[in-house]
Amino acid sequence: MIRIGSGAGYSGDRIEPAVELAEKGDIDYLVFECLGERTVALAQQARMKNFESGYDPLLEERMRAVLPLCAARGIKIVTNMGAANPEAAAKKTAEIARSLGLSRLKVAAIVGDDVLDACKPHNLPIMEFNGTIKQLGNKLLSANAYLGAEPMADALSKGADVVITGRASDPALFLAPMIYAFGWAMDDWNLLGQGTVAGHLLECAGQITGGYFADPGYKEIPDLARLGFPIGEVGEDGSLVVTKVSGSGGAVTAQTCKEQLLYEVHDPTKYFQPDVVADFSQVSVEEIAPNRVRISGGRGARRTETLKVSVGYVDSFIGEGQISYAGPGALARGRLALDIVRERLKLTGVAASELRFDLIGLDALHGPQVSARASEPYEVRVRVTGRTDNLRGAVRIGNEVETLYTNGPAGGGGAWKSARDVVAVASVLLPRELAKPRVRFVEA
Amino acid sequence: MKLREIAHSRTGDKGNTSNISVIAYEAKDYPLLLEQVTADRVKAHFAGVVEGEVLRYELPNISALNFVMGQTLGGGVTRSLALDAHGKSLSSALLDLEIVAPAGDK
Repeated sequence: MIRIGSGAGYSGDRIEPAVELAEKGDIDYLVFECLGERTVALAQQARMKNFESGYDPLLEERMRAVLPLCAARGIKIVTNMGAANPEAAAKKTAEIARSLGLSRLKVAAIVGDDVLDACKPHNLPIMEFNGTIKQLGNKLLSANAYLGAEPMADALSKGADVVITGRASDPALFLAPMIYAFGWAMDDWNLLGQGTVAGHLLECAGQITGGYFADPGYKEIPDLARLGFPIGEVGEDGSLVVTKVSGSGGAVTAQTCKEQLLYEVHDPTKYFQPDVVADFSQVSVEEIAPNRVRISGGRGARRTETLKVSVGYVDSFIGEGQISYAGPGALARGRLALDIVRERLKLTGVAASELRFDLIGLDALHGPQVSARASEPYEVRVRVTGRTDNLRGAVRIGNEVETLYTNGPAGGGGAWKSARDVVAVASVLLPRELAKPRVRFVEA
Repeated sequence: MKLREIAHSRTGDKGNTSNISVIAYEAKDYPLLLEQVTADRVKAHFAGVVEGEVLRYELPNISALNFVMGQTLGGGVTRSLALDAHGKSLSSALLDLEIVAPAGDK
């Protein structure tokens, strides 16, 4: 049996729970999932400006916090903090290890998820909208394949203490230690399916220990300020118990596990992964002790011949402005403010391809139809946002909200504005043989 | 009664698609979910939010339904103009759905 701790559920996640896992979790592996859908594209932009950058901005802080503990206890680290530059991240990690006196640490980088050049000649169709990768032209920034567990498992088998990858499937970060530790065959689809269930449950860290869950009066979770991160106890046969460090905040219950099982899942019989098509439909969840939940029944079928590739591209510009109204008549003044801005954007000829007029506190989250039954709030916050094809237009949207101070309804306060360029992501499917992952070692 | 009384829920996102799980607190209430929380009702409940198709998947082992709602996230999380670009708050809205309790049940 191996114990895998999940030390981060996204790039900005809390750091102390990972330290707690390393210190008190009796774990064999510590996994950090830190790479969002769009993050690689943004990191690629950073790398174009500076060849030594492009990895996770919190890499140094996380590594400094856990490397001494992990080295002392023989805990191996697996992470996608390499983002757009796993080799630079590995070099940085080795440098940190040296500075901490950990001179024998072996750090491996997994490279080869960058498939921009492999994609270009193939004019692959985009899955989310009508168009092809070629049609993105010079707006195309990056193309990164979701790699599977094999190269990471390979790095572990060659003695890596730290494995740093770029784009890889999130569950694969957890599947890799299982494949390495148990010698699972890469065509044992049911084991890979059950291992994927484990990885999927653990990859969002606190979301299975009580985060993103509490609802006072219905679903109570103790001590969310000290939320403990999860540990998966995985057996050679794929058996799985999810638990957390004793005494930490939060809770692991059948309910938290069920919610996380379906998180970001579409058809539960077909959860597409680079290594397997996992089937979650027969999974059972059983509380066997406080904060110990047994998960069984994950299965799998043969992997597909393609890899999903995340394509980053320059999409548009977004401008936004906000201002608040309160007290009697706040709603009417908020509506008047929206009408004024709507007319101003027309009068001044701001060319927006899409505009949105919200009243935060009333209908910003779910729109006017769903929100219609709500009673009048004490305060509302006007929010106008729009999409333009240049920065100048985006700036003018925020300006038209800000000028409400002196030109709009009575009592407008707390105006705020922003304008930004939008790097969006879309997906294509690439024949898997066109991605060529490799392991590169850096000695501390 | 509200759906909130018998079920809990979590929203996930992928591109322009949102998925919402609806999980019965107790297995005995799963048939109520099956009968009353239909894809059509969910689509109607999210009028003005869900522009695409709503698909429902059943998971009897964990007394849960999974709703997959297309064209829901303002063109996709990474380019949406919405305040809640991920649609994380949608699960709470779904729990406001009215459920008719079976006769004799308190």
